[in-house]
Formats: sequence, C-alpha cells, structure tokens
Amino acid sequence: MFVLDHLWIIPALPLLGAALNGLLGRRWPKRAIDAVAIGATGLSFLAALQVIREFASLPSQDIPWVKSYFPWILAGNFRADFALQVDQLTVVMLLVVTGVGWLIHIYSTGYMAKEGGYYRFFSYLNLFMFFMLILVMAANYALLFVGWEGVGLCSYLLIGFSFLRKSAADAGKKAFIVNRIGDFGFMLGMFLIFQTFHSLNFNEVFAAAANMRFEPMGAAGVLTAVALLLFVGATGKSAQLPLYVWLPDAMEGPTPVSALIHAATMVTAGVYVVARSSVIFAHAELAMTVVAVIGCATALFAATIGLAQNDIKRVLAYSTVSQLGYMMLACGVGAFAAGIFHLFTHAFFKALLFLAAGSVIHAMGGEQDLRKMGGLRKKIPWTFWTMFMATLAIAGAPGFSGFFSKDAILWKTASSAFGTPANNKILWAVALATAVLTAVYMFRLLFLTFFGTARYDEEHVHVHEAPKSMLVPLVVLAALSVIGGWVGIPESLGGSDRIEHFLSPAFAGAELASLEAVEHAAKYSHQLEMLLTGFAIFGAAVGVLIAWRRFLVGRPGFLEGTALQKNVQKLLANKYYVDEIYDALVVRPIHWVSNIVFWQAVDARGIDGSVNGLAHAARAVGERVRQAQSGNTRSYATWVVLGAVAVTSLLVWLVK
Amino acid sequence: MTNESYLLSVVTFLPLLGSLGLLALRGDDHVWIRRLALATAVANFVLSLLMLRGFRTDAPGYQLEEFRRWISSPGINYHMGVDGLSLWLVILTTLLTPIAMLCSWESIQKRVKEFFLMLLVLETGMIGVFLALDLILFFVFWEVMLVPMYFLIGIWGHERRVYAAIKFVLYTMAGSVLMLVAILWLYGLSAASVPGGTFDLPTIQILLQTSQLRLAHTTELLLFGAFFLAFAIKVPLFPLHTWLPDAHVEAPTAGSVILAGVLLKMGTYGLLRFCLPLFPAASRELAPWVAGLAIIGIVYGALVSMVQPDLKKLIAYSSVSHLGFVVLGIFSFHPIAIQGAIYQMLNHGISTGALFLIAGMLYDRRHTHMIKEFGGLATPMPVLSAFFLFVCLSSLGLPMLNGFVGEFLILLGTYQVNKLWATFGALGVILAAVYLLWAYQRVAFGDVTHEKNRALPDCSPRERLILWPLCVLILWMGIGSPLFLSRTEKASTQVIEQMKRPQMPELASGEMQINSGAACCAPTSGRPTKTTQKGLDTK
Repeated sequence: MFVLDHLWIIPALPLLGAALNGLLGRRWPKRAIDAVAIGATGLSFLAALQVIREFASLPSQDIPWVKSYFPWILAGNFRADFALQVDQLTVVMLLVVTGVGWLIHIYSTGYMAKEGGYYRFFSYLNLFMFFMLILVMAANYALLFVGWEGVGLCSYLLIGFSFLRKSAADAGKKAFIVNRIGDFGFMLGMFLIFQTFHSLNFNEVFAAAANMRFEPMGAAGVLTAVALLLFVGATGKSAQLPLYVWLPDAMEGPTPVSALIHAATMVTAGVYVVARSSVIFAHAELAMTVVAVIGCATALFAATIGLAQNDIKRVLAYSTVSQLGYMMLACGVGAFAAGIFHLFTHAFFKALLFLAAGSVIHAMGGEQDLRKMGGLRKKIPWTFWTMFMATLAIAGAPGFSGFFSKDAILWKTASSAFGTPANNKILWAVALATAVLTAVYMFRLLFLTFFGTARYDEEHVHVHEAPKSMLVPLVVLAALSVIGGWVGIPESLGGSDRIEHFLSPAFAGAELASLEAVEHAAKYSHQLEMLLTGFAIFGAAVGVLIAWRRFLVGRPGFLEGTALQKNVQKLLANKYYVDEIYDALVVRPIHWVSNIVFWQAVDARGIDGSVNGLAHAARAVGERVRQAQSGNTRSYATWVVLGAVAVTSLLVWLVK
Repeated sequence: MTNESYLLSVVTFLPLLGSLGLLALRGDDHVWIRRLALATAVANFVLSLLMLRGFRTDAPGYQLEEFRRWISSPGINYHMGVDGLSLWLVILTTLLTPIAMLCSWESIQKRVKEFFLMLLVLETGMIGVFLALDLILFFVFWEVMLVPMYFLIGIWGHERRVYAAIKFVLYTMAGSVLMLVAILWLYGLSAASVPGGTFDLPTIQILLQTSQLRLAHTTELLLFGAFFLAFAIKVPLFPLHTWLPDAHVEAPTAGSVILAGVLLKMGTYGLLRFCLPLFPAASRELAPWVAGLAIIGIVYGALVSMVQPDLKKLIAYSSVSHLGFVVLGIFSFHPIAIQGAIYQMLNHGISTGALFLIAGMLYDRRHTHMIKEFGGLATPMPVLSAFFLFVCLSSLGLPMLNGFVGEFLILLGTYQVNKLWATFGALGVILAAVYLLWAYQRVAFGDVTHEKNRALPDCSPRERLILWPLCVLILWMGIGSPLFLSRTEKASTQVIEQMKRPQMPELASGEMQINSGAACCAPTSGRPTKTTQKGLDTK
C-alpha cells in the first residue's frame, strides 16, 4: 500500500520536474530537460498504475480513500485541507491524465525540438500535470478549485507560449478570462455548498446531499442552485454553450498542448466536476435538464461549425467542443458512467488526432490549411494510418473505442429516467444527427489531407515523416483508440460493460436519487438497445458516404451552388458570428462605459471636478475676503463701526 | 502587567532614533546615509519579528502592553499594545520600509539624507498608528505620518508632484479634522462615567460594552460618521478615491510602495479598530450603504483600472477595487469575512507593493509609466517579466498564492450574510483577470515595439534582492495561511464580541435610544465596574 499511503507522490513528481526545469533548465542541455520532464511524468504514471493495483485490494468501506496532509485555510468554522482522495472515478482520471500526459510529453520532445524556450515549455507542461492531478485527486471543492484555476493558468501560459505572436497572446488571455466567468459561478457554488453543508469536503457534502429531498422540476431548491452554479463553471472549462468561444482560439498554442490540455484532459474537467458532484445533480431535475440540453445543443452546434472550417486544428477544436457536449449530455441524462467512459476513449482518439495533425503540420513545414494539402497518404504513411484509426474511432465505426462509448450515451439518452420520454427522444435524435455530422467532418478532414492530389507546391514543401519520438506515441494511442472501448462492451452485444460496473460505486449516491431509474431501465429491452445501435452504425455510415461523395469523388453536394447553400456555408465558416456578437454586445460596451463614462466623466469631471471646484470656490472666497484686508485705516475703522452696530443689534434682538 | 515589556516602544521609535543618527552624518555622504538608514530599518524588522515570540495566539485582547502617564489633565496616556489585528500590519510596515529604501538606492539622487530621514520618520508614524491605544496618541501618530508623506510626494515626485501632494494632504486632513472633533466629543461623553474623562481606547470600549456609557442614536451616528469619513478617505472608498491615482502617479516608487502597502491599510484598520467596536449600532444601520459603496468600488475600480494608459494609475485603481473587497468583508460582520479582510490587507500590501516596485523598475529604465511605451519586454528582460507575471497572478487571486485566500474568505463569509453582496463582489474576481492580464500582455508580450526597449538590462542583483522575498512571501501566504490566520483569529472574533451590547431591560426594543433629545452623554451608573486597572485615569 505504499503509493496509497503516500498519494502526494503522484502530483509532487511533476511539480518537482516543473521547478527543476523552470528554475535551472535555461542552462541545461536539451537531453537533461527531456530526462527531467519525461522522467517526472513517467514516474507519476507508474505510481498511478501502482495505485490501481493497490486500489483493487481495498475493502469497499475504505473507498473513497482519503489522505489529509496539512490544513490549507482555517477561519472560523471553515476548514480546507490539503487532502487527496482516490475512488473509482479518480482511478479512471488518473490513468487518462498520467498515461496520455506521458505519451504527449514524449511526443513533445520531438515536436518542440527546434523551438525556442524549450525548458520553459516543459516546465509549464509539467506544472500543468501537477495541477491536473490535484484537480482529479482533490478531496474537497476548495482544493479542486486550486487545480481548476491552476490548469487554467498553465493553459494561459501554453497557449501564449509563442508570446511574440499577438494572436497567441490574445488567445491565451481570452481563454483565461472566459474561464474566469465560469469560475465566478463555480465560486458562488462553493459558497452555497458551504452555507448549506458547513463543509466543502466531498465525503461530508455528498453524504448529506444523498439524504436530501429530490427536487423535481417545479420545486427547485438549494441543490438545484448549487448544481446550476457548478455547471456554470463547467461550461467555462469544458467549452460548452455559451462559453465555448475560447477553445477554438486556444489552437494558437503548440499542437501537443492542444492534444493534452485542449482535448484529452483539462477541457474534460467540467465533465469531471459534474460527474464528481453526481449526487447533487441527480437530486435536481431542473439542473439535469439544463445539463442535458446544453450538452446536446453544444454537440450539434459545434459539429455544424466543424463542417466548414479549413484549418486542420480548428476542425479538431470544434470536434472537441462537440464531443464534450456528448459527455455533458450523458451526465444530464443521469448516465455519469457513460459520460466518463466517453471521456476515457475520447482522450485516446482525440489526443491522437491532434498529435497526428501535428505530424501533418510538421511534415508540411507549418501549413495548417486543409485546402493546401492533399495526397499525403503515401508520403507519411504512419501518420496516415494512425490518424485513420482515430477517425474511425471518433466516427463510431463498430468495434472501435468511440463506437462503444458513443453508443452507450445514445442508448442511455433514449432510455433515461430523467426528463420526459418525449424530450429524451428529441435529445437522442439530435445526438444521432450529430453522430452523422461527426462522420462527415472527420472524413472530410481525412480525405482533404491524405487523399486526392497534392494542392501544395511540391517543389518547395518537402513532406517528411516525423521522428520516432513522435511516431511511437502515435502508434500507442492508435492501439488504444481501437481497443480502448473494449472495457465497455455492453451486455446487448455480448460484453459485460465492465467500466460501468467498475464506476458504479462512485455514482451510487446519484442512483439513489430516483429509485425509479432502476425499474425504469428494466422496461427497455436488449432488443431495443440493439436496434438503436443499428441506427447509430447506419448514421455513421451515411456520414462517411456523404463525405466520400462530396470530398473524394467531388460530386456537388445537396443544394450545391444555390444562394441558400452559400449563405449557410458563409454562416458556418464564420462560426455563426458569435465572436463578433460577443464583441459588439459585451466587450465594446464595457470598454466604452469604463473609459468614457466612468473614468473620463465620473472620475475626472464628476468627482475630481467637484473637488477641484470646491478648492477653486474656497480660493475665490479667499480672494474676496482678502480685499477687506486693504491696510487702509479708514476702511478698518468703518468695519469696526459696522461690526459694533451689528453685534449690539444682535444682542438687543436676543435679549428681547 | 507583571512583566513590563518595552518591545513595542523600541519597534516604534527605533526608526526615529535612526533618523536622528542620519542628522549627524554629512549631507553628501550618500553611501553611509543609505547604509545607516537601511541598517536601522532591517534591525527594526528583526525586532518586530520578536513580537511573534511574545505573542500568545490563544489570548484575546491586547498584548505586550505599555502604559505611562503622559498628561494628567486631560488624561492622555502613552498606551501601546498589539493584538491580532495590528500584529501583522506592524510587521508588514517594518518589512516594506527597508524594501522601499532598497528600491530608492539608485533612483534617489537629490537630497538623499532628507529622503531617508523622511522614510524613517514615516515608519515611526505608521507603526505608532497601529500600536497606539490612546485616542490622542493615535491621532498624533496619524498626523505625524502625514508630514513625511507630503514631502516624499512633494519633493521627490514626478511632474505634477505639488498638486498631488497638496491634494493628498487636504483630503486626509478633511477627514482627520472631523475625527479629532469626534475624539474630543467621545472624551467629553466619557467624563460622565470616569472622573475627568478618558482617551483610553480599551477603557472607552469597556464603558460602552457594559453600557456604563451609552450613546444616543444620533450621537452614535455622528461619531461613527466622523471616524468613518476619516478612514474611508484613507482606504479609499468610492467616491473618495480620486486623491489616490494622483498621489500614486506622482509619488516616487518608495512613496507608492508605502502608500499602497501601509497607508491605505490604516483606513481599514481604523474601521476595524474604532468604527465597528465603538459604534456597532451605527455600523449595522449603515452597513448596506457602506457595502454598496464597497461593491461599487470593486467593480468601478476594476473597470476604470482596465482602461488606464498609465501603468501606475492602473495599479492605483486596482487598489480601489482590492480595498473594496476588504471593506465589504469588514461590513459583513461575519468572522470568516473579517479574517479574510485582515488577510487581504496584508496581501494587498505585498502584492500591490510588488507591482509598484516593478513599475518603478521599469521607470528607472525608461523614465515613463505609459504602457504603450513598453511591449515585448519578455524578450530583453525575461526575469523581470517572470516576476511581474507572478505578482499579477497573486493580485488576481490565483489559488495557492496569497490573494486568493483573502478574497475567498471575504466572499465566503459575506455570502453567508448576504448573497447579493457576495455575488456582485465576486464580479471583481473576473475583472481583476481582465485588467491585469491585459496590462501584462501589453507590457511583456509581443514583439519589442520600441527600439529603446531592445537593449534594456534585466533584473540587477539589488532588484532580485527586493523581489525574491516578496515572491516567497506571496507563495508562503498562499499555501501556509494557517500560520498567519491563527494569529488573527482571536482579533476577528473579538471585533464581533465587542459589537455586542447588553440588552436594555427598560427598553423593549433594546435599541439605544435613551437621551435621544440631548446630544450629550447618558449619565448612568457612576463608576465603571470592570475596566483594566491602568486603563482608568483615576488621578
């Protein structure tokens, strides 16, 4: 039980790596920096594997396993400890974070080899690992918030890594600020939790919440409020409507960063928080509906934008937003385990997609525009084949990892005990439509990049395969993208759905919320489940066909050439003008009011003007009074007489 | 008190002694002037740390007290004492003074002797304000401190220094005149319970708390108003803040550091030390208004900060926003929020002090504070830029750094009392990220836009010596907050205790409205029953 007794080791290793590289790395050779960065995360990964072994032998009453180290904040009856915990949910997250994180560190040593500030990059990357591990291991909301803000900081630093580019610095800032808007909700959620439960510790809060009354739609109470506030935070971090706008811009960061932070780990923090707080959410019907609807809407909305983007990384960014929407949808219909399952498989195939895209960009000498690629299949076969696996996985090809997790979400949506059956049918239909779109935009990307003829200047661009340090992670992730879903083969397809059973103790409190759920699920048969699975496979196939016909064969698409098609195309290419709308409605007015009204009018003219006016008035009065001090004896005599008269009359008047 | 200690007097007057030493030096002997001044300040810092050794964490009330007759009629005493509220503020003062000296090491070249002399006198004044327990003594220190600050801005400041210095003094004086009137009035009222009256704060506190001295409603409101105005100007609370940007922009770096680091805290210190404990009914009655102004200050200060073209002004307005948090925490009367407010006072002193130091370092190199004159500084000065970023993150409340603990506790405590206040206050957390990161981006990121900036030297060893301790402290206070909070805990609960008044059996409402007609005091049960022995001037 060595690692379980010393849980702090897992986050401490990357922190040590970050400190070493950050403070001393400037003078070190590249090889030493690599050793520290990869060594720290690799050891952390090994420790995480060991945790899983030890965890398996823990008696169930010891789960969650909590280790408290030192008090962090103490004030009055408020107490937040530096306390880490491990339960089933944490185990899954630990695997994803350290495993995928380690692979991406290895990849980065190849990808970033020629970049300036090499030590700085790995210092930030290790620091990110530290905060992400704190986030998933924290045993209370306050410490979770440390990780939550910390990963945001690292994201800021890494997006703006090439800070000489204004667009990169802008994107980093935008990411941090939009996330802060979400954090505003998260903080208020914490305050309300403390007021309600007098604690921020998961154990105490969830135990108390589990015994509280279920809050149906019409009778929203404190748990609904808590859940909605936490969800505001989750929409920021997990890039859901309406706070998703920072994620596409975050693609300004180096590609390994996009893979690690903006695909596999950090952006899933919102989903993690909702799943972690499943007890609270499951008690609040309104909050569940909001989560499901926002998740589903985000999935569709982002997928449509993904159809019309030409930057290879931006397509993947919108795809990430869309997939995160799926995860939220799963949570919103009460299928927390399915949401985490999708988080798990998505980490593999989306990280792989980004890393492979990075390899393409690397091969093309920095080109990211899909219109200037084509025919790369033969030139960079390793990249092609691995990316092909990932594309099949995300599109939901049967047997691949994404197929099982997405299918689980679709099925749970259709059969959910939360919400009305009619609404769930709509959610299911939208999710299915999104699955079709997913296949379209992903195969569009694949065809435009690797098939057809070369649309770049073959004389100047020397396409070359990536070095081994980049290819090995690609191959490992490709394997995981294929088999990663096999831990969750549903019973209807002859599997045993192991991941759902493994996770179920972590979500036990949520299931108690509505006992009907269990009976409810029994009404739906395996036959129906298989039928819906058939729909999903058919949908994916349709998507692939559409992409094949339009982008590989080159036939004109539906309504091609009409004004309607052009306008829709323009609308999508411009991302529904959401950035422009936010700019016009929020950013500019606030700036104008602050500058013109508050500073120049209220502060300078209003307050300071009246203060200075007072000073001038005092001075003017002084000037007048000064004239009495003329030095002229006769005028003084006059004043004396006048004064005497005035005082005498006053006295006379008073005495009367 | 059995074991009389002189530590507080030593800490208070050692700087003054040092300034006398400076007088003995020749005016052009700049090296030894600097060395002597710095040695005095550093020694005083070490001495002030000794307070921690004698300080008992678990005991409420004043510790290490000193009491001497000063003037027998009227009864003015030399009464000093420290509690959890003032403990860290004194140490903050003794820490920032040597740092202010170090940052002026090279940039102050004219009238060097006078400059360091002023800083030392200022230090005595500031420490005295935090430790004085006699109202007149407090007032004397309060006024003494004004003089050196006036000269620091007026002589060593930038272009519009005279305007800024006069504005600073006039604003402060306007408040302190009223405070003096209130002090005298309170003294007059106390004469009814204590023969000859008293200026002794603990005695007056006990008289009020045991209802041996009762204040009529109007009286209490007026007294509260007079004290409050003096402190609100100092904080500064919206809309009394307009002296601050001018004073900061025109002051030399050392002046800004002390001004932001310590002087502003005197306002919030005063609110906690005088307004709340002495005038609880008025405090409660006016709390919604004060909280409203504090919230306006938080949001307004942040928004105006955002659009400033001048880095120093930007930091100055950010102080309005940050101090708004402190005032909000104080007027929520919740122990957690008050803990947070005390902590945030320290945080702001360190973080904003460090921001001004960095602005000063940039000024030393380029002789401007305009943000547009910089840009891309991360390339020529990576180390200074890294420090700058770290301090910005502390100031915008990143968890694990100091600022978060203060803001979090303030908002957490306030939320328990009034959800709306906390919600609006929390907006400031978003906006802090906006103005600080935007400013940082314009200063440090991007290409070097001005040729002059390309060859700027990075941090000198002296500058590192200044910034490293502050950054270590920022991290330490962010992770190890119990070390600091455990020593302020009793003080914050005591403020709440002191605000309690016994229920009047003869008054159904329990409101203190006796003698509402006469503005004068309430002649109640002759002598106080329970006061500190020496607190009473019995002649």
